[in-house]
Amino acid sequence: MSPEPMQVVKERRDAALKALEARIPYMRFIGATMERRGDELTGLLNYAPHLIGNPQGPALHGGVTSAFLEVTALIELAWGPLWQQIETGEVTVEALRDPGFRLRMPKTIDFTTDFLRPGLPRDAYARARVNRSGRRYASVHVEAWQDNRSRLFAQATGHFLMPQDE
Amino acid sequence: MGPDAFEEMKSFTEELPQARALGLKVEHVEPGVAVLSMPWSAELVGDPETGVIHGGAVSTLMDTCCGGAVITHPDMLEATTATLDLRIDYMRPAQPGRTIFARAECYHVTRTVAFVRAQAWTEGDGDRPVAAATGAFTASGRRGAGQ
Repeated sequence: MSPEPMQVVKERRDAALKALEARIPYMRFIGATMERRGDELTGLLNYAPHLIGNPQGPALHGGVTSAFLEVTALIELAWGPLWQQIETGEVTVEALRDPGFRLRMPKTIDFTTDFLRPGLPRDAYARARVNRSGRRYASVHVEAWQDNRSRLFAQATGHFLMPQDE
Repeated sequence: MGPDAFEEMKSFTEELPQARALGLKVEHVEPGVAVLSMPWSAELVGDPETGVIHGGAVSTLMDTCCGGAVITHPDMLEATTATLDLRIDYMRPAQPGRTIFARAECYHVTRTVAFVRAQAWTEGDGDRPVAAATGAFTASGRRGAGQ
């Protein structure tokens, strides 16, 4: 059997990511999307004037920054198990595109954001690292930056309740 | 705090671009205390199956409410502030279709830091908080703080 064309594999991976984003309508409200390189995800906060919280500066609203980090953490957590199912072919593109496809998401227990410097009125990026993922609980750290990856403007740690098998 | 100070704080807060986008309203203010509301909206939903508002929108309500409590604290009247950190505990899902309220209290101010705690609940269900927050805010330019 010849290996699956890379285009088919990519299509399945991208459809999976779109299906995940669709599970959180609020992401559209703040203009957050996810980018993928292989299995690595980066959150992208597309700047818009309504994201400003402090007109002096101006600076992004701290709540928006915190929300952006939280959705990045949630998608990263849900992505791990989904990626496995995509790679084995257990989940198909057709299944992912079916509006009835039920993707069970983790739930946030608590989320703590450190605001290291003001968020500038421009795009922001975030990457999450799952430090521990047990059967029930997970702990995730997220970092966010704008122009310079080594100059974080915010970081956060959150605990999440993993979806339980019914 | 006089009626002018209340009106000033109310218009300042409600005019913040993200506060306008969310429809945040200042319901009540007293020295070091703020109560804000956020109406339910389909755009803010975190889970389409349940219609529950995403935690991220609650973060913004909490951060704005905490900031409001800080700037109305008597020791902060000539100071400026920004959030240093904010922790939110999500206790239960907010009821879909209902306005969420938050009440924040700035309970201690040092020369350089203001400490705040807050609770959020859904309309008509004030006894069962949906979320709690604790935060530390900067206090810059306080009169007599000698920084």
